[in-house]
Amino acid sequence: MSFHPNEVLRRARVVRGVVIAVFVGLGGAFFRTQVLQSAEYVLQSEKNRLREVPIPGSRGIIYDRKGEIIAENLPGYQVSIISPTVDSLRSALVALARIVPIDSGQQESAVARFRRSPKRPAVIFPDASFEVISVLEERRVEFPGLIIQSSPKRYYPDAEAMAALIGYTGEISAEELLLPQYGDYKPGQDVGKAGLEKQYEVRLRGTEGRRFVEVDARNRVVRDNGVRADEAPEAPAPLRTNLDLDLQKYAHEYFGDSLRGAVVALDPRTGGVLALYSAPSYDVNKFVGGVSGTYFKSLLDDPGKPLYNRALQGTYAPASTWKLATAVIGLQRGLVTMDTRMPQPCRGVYYYGRPFKCHKHEGHGDVTLAQAIASSCDVYFYQLGLKIGLANLIAGGLRLGFKERANIDLPNERRPAWPESVDYFNKRYGARGWNQSVVLSLAIGQADNAQTPLNMARFYTALATDGAAATPQIVTHTPARTQILHLTPEQLQGLQLALADVVSRGTAAGAQIKGLTIAGKTGTAENPPHPDNAWFVGYAPADNPKIVVAIMIEEGLHGTVAARVATKMMERYLKAKLTLTTVTND
Amino acid sequence: MATLLKRQGIDVPLLMFALLLTVYGIAMVFSAGQTDAVSGSYATLWQRQLAFFVVALCVAYAIMQGSVRLIEWAAWPLYLFSCGLLVLVLFVGTGAGTAAGMKSWLSIGGYRIGQPAELAKLATILMLARVLAARRESPRALLELWQPLLVVAVPWLLVLAQKDVGTAIVFIGICFAMLFWAGVSWPVLLMLASPGISLLLAFSTGAWGAWFLLLGALMLWYRPYLLEGATLMLANVTMGIVAPILWERLAPYQQRRLLVFLDPSYDPRNAGWNVVQSKVAIGSGGIFGNGFTLGSQKRLQFLPERHTDFIFSVVGEELGFIGVSIALSLFLALFLRTTRVASRANDAFPSLVAMGILAAWMVHVIVNIGMTLNLMPVTGIPLPFFSNGGSFLMVSWISVAVLLRISAEGRGLPDGLGL
Repeated sequence: MSFHPNEVLRRARVVRGVVIAVFVGLGGAFFRTQVLQSAEYVLQSEKNRLREVPIPGSRGIIYDRKGEIIAENLPGYQVSIISPTVDSLRSALVALARIVPIDSGQQESAVARFRRSPKRPAVIFPDASFEVISVLEERRVEFPGLIIQSSPKRYYPDAEAMAALIGYTGEISAEELLLPQYGDYKPGQDVGKAGLEKQYEVRLRGTEGRRFVEVDARNRVVRDNGVRADEAPEAPAPLRTNLDLDLQKYAHEYFGDSLRGAVVALDPRTGGVLALYSAPSYDVNKFVGGVSGTYFKSLLDDPGKPLYNRALQGTYAPASTWKLATAVIGLQRGLVTMDTRMPQPCRGVYYYGRPFKCHKHEGHGDVTLAQAIASSCDVYFYQLGLKIGLANLIAGGLRLGFKERANIDLPNERRPAWPESVDYFNKRYGARGWNQSVVLSLAIGQADNAQTPLNMARFYTALATDGAAATPQIVTHTPARTQILHLTPEQLQGLQLALADVVSRGTAAGAQIKGLTIAGKTGTAENPPHPDNAWFVGYAPADNPKIVVAIMIEEGLHGTVAARVATKMMERYLKAKLTLTTVTND
Repeated sequence: MATLLKRQGIDVPLLMFALLLTVYGIAMVFSAGQTDAVSGSYATLWQRQLAFFVVALCVAYAIMQGSVRLIEWAAWPLYLFSCGLLVLVLFVGTGAGTAAGMKSWLSIGGYRIGQPAELAKLATILMLARVLAARRESPRALLELWQPLLVVAVPWLLVLAQKDVGTAIVFIGICFAMLFWAGVSWPVLLMLASPGISLLLAFSTGAWGAWFLLLGALMLWYRPYLLEGATLMLANVTMGIVAPILWERLAPYQQRRLLVFLDPSYDPRNAGWNVVQSKVAIGSGGIFGNGFTLGSQKRLQFLPERHTDFIFSVVGEELGFIGVSIALSLFLALFLRTTRVASRANDAFPSLVAMGILAAWMVHVIVNIGMTLNLMPVTGIPLPFFSNGGSFLMVSWISVAVLLRISAEGRGLPDGLGL
């Protein structure tokens, strides 16, 4: 061995160099990791330990025109659990099932929610009862990933009065999650499922807040609060509507449990929807967050079909209420004036191939158009229809919007039925299956004509004003009105006078209201084999219309019945003190 | 106190560095036990470690009362004893913790009393130093190295038989460092290492071919004996051929560890987990750290093996780059001081022993700390003075005592090194 001091010195220098090089290298590596790349690792470390727990936001409150609450939020509780894997979620659910009732459906939907977004705590009970919460709070220690937090629950104070238009909210479904408009929704979040809640989802949706919990490597919650500042959920500005809650409630009261039908009330000047009600109604609160099978089945089995929205989706032959359209088309074409008489006076029946009856057996005699409207003379309108001709009547009806939706700001409005051309009859009945006499039926609002109460109300906003129809709007925005009648002021005034006569001395004379001039038209639609449907569409006050009401009562027998309800609603609305501050959306 | 120790010939800086490292280490073992989960016995491990430290100090004191001659005399019996234990452990060894598959622990009555491999390292250093010091000339040819190589090979193979790759690497480090210190020339060391290099390079045919050209050039220049050269070439070719076979024979977890070393994202939830979480812990510590005992990666148990293999990650997370720098500086100071001891020893034997101890520590530090940053594959060897473990701390302090004894008997020369 060579251990001469010089040799040792040389080797020691090498060793010293190697040792220093190694430590400089290690130091450099730590410098890079801890100083240069630190931010990135801090982020990863945070990601490791922090779990974001969403705090459900409150949906916007919905007010009526006077500031009455239509939809609000009540405190509720949500139970969810943080799990690393499906397996651990399942075993946690099994353990939970031993102390609180969880059926297999709830377990599966919790697993499905977890699968769809594993980063979020899987919701087990979206709306837990107080009993469940107190049991779980007591034994919380046994379930380290368990999260119990408040979650506002949607509530409609006058659910039954509002069922036709308010809709309801519920957990977003797997199918909805795939739709582009729900791109930023997460499983377990609430979404408007129908009605206003669905239509104005964007404006009603609450902004979800966030809080953070600290978890360990096994995903057990170690610290629950103060880990990082919470982000509070935010509720959007309230949604103010044109609705009149009082009128809604009145309609609900009036229809009660026995009558079936629908009523739509509009402000003719703006198209603002004052009321929209379909009877029989149901408790829409029971739909919030998912309807129970038994309640849903009871609604489906109900012979009154409460889930059938008669105001928006019910299409009925408009009967005599449609005679105004025939009159308008005749006036537009210059075929008649308000004083024109028809060749054949009414003797109770009109022959056109076969006898066509008037509703009045003894006949109305020789009447002018104004008188024909007031007395609803069928024979007059048969002849007017023939004078106009089938093709022109169909084209006129199309121009007046009887084949289009009223375009209310609600989903699922049904399109009314009206022939698109003469060819419709060829297609429908075959070339020899029909004849020109169909124009007689069309002229009095029967045959292939089926209108929603909403669309009839829209038509009458034109009659009530300067001939422009207003688009029905529940939520206040700029009125949208379109001129559809194209009549001279004299013609329009003539029609309005005739409509006023209907109530003052005509078919709806029994529905007069003291101190209020009302204009409108009754309708009694044949509905074989069932009893007739009763219609009334009208407005008040006749000289300065503020409300248009279209009402249809299934098997209501005669339009007069409908007229009585409608005029009561007009009275209720107009006599109510409107001194309350007007609510706007600004 | 310092002057008193100095008067007795104690190398005060060496002792101070070792003491500081141990205190630092026990503090980290304490911190590693502070977690948010119910960690049971882990919280009190530091007390055990502290107790071992006290015992280790007593043992160290006793050793310092002896002499280098005595240590030299003890080399043979110690070597035989530790080899015997290594054989014994093959039959009656038990696993521990994550290394449950490795039968490297010796237990009596179910109580683990230590890893014989730790003792074998020190014994091999002493024995190798004895063998090398006995020679008059530095070996010029590989064939002349059979004796020292045999001394290392026996415990090395026994350790390999335990599948303890980490410790086997330490033996290789000790062997090369001591051969170098004994004056074996670079070409000979390179030739000695060539089969190993072939083994590593065999996975790329191009690199292996280039290595062969280099090796050929070395042989033309150095001109070893014909038989030696031929054997060497044959060994290199064989290694290149058996490399894939050896790979197949590795345990799956060892394969995964190597693959994960190359790319931690290869298996981030399992084999890569340790390394990924360790880097996250260290990186998130930043310059100043999260504060003593406050590291979230550790507290929330994202960091595995907090007391042992990955204790340095706790240093990084809680004390930041500053804490890491202090620890690395202490190690550096200790190692430079050890180099000084080696170069000032009054004889070949103590000088070689000091170098052997330095090499063992260096390999431990490089492999362990390198592993926490994924600079080294995960082999699970502990960090001297830091990792929790009684027998290892004991052996580390026996090493310190040996160094102190050597330093005390040193000739005080040469000073030209400025150490």
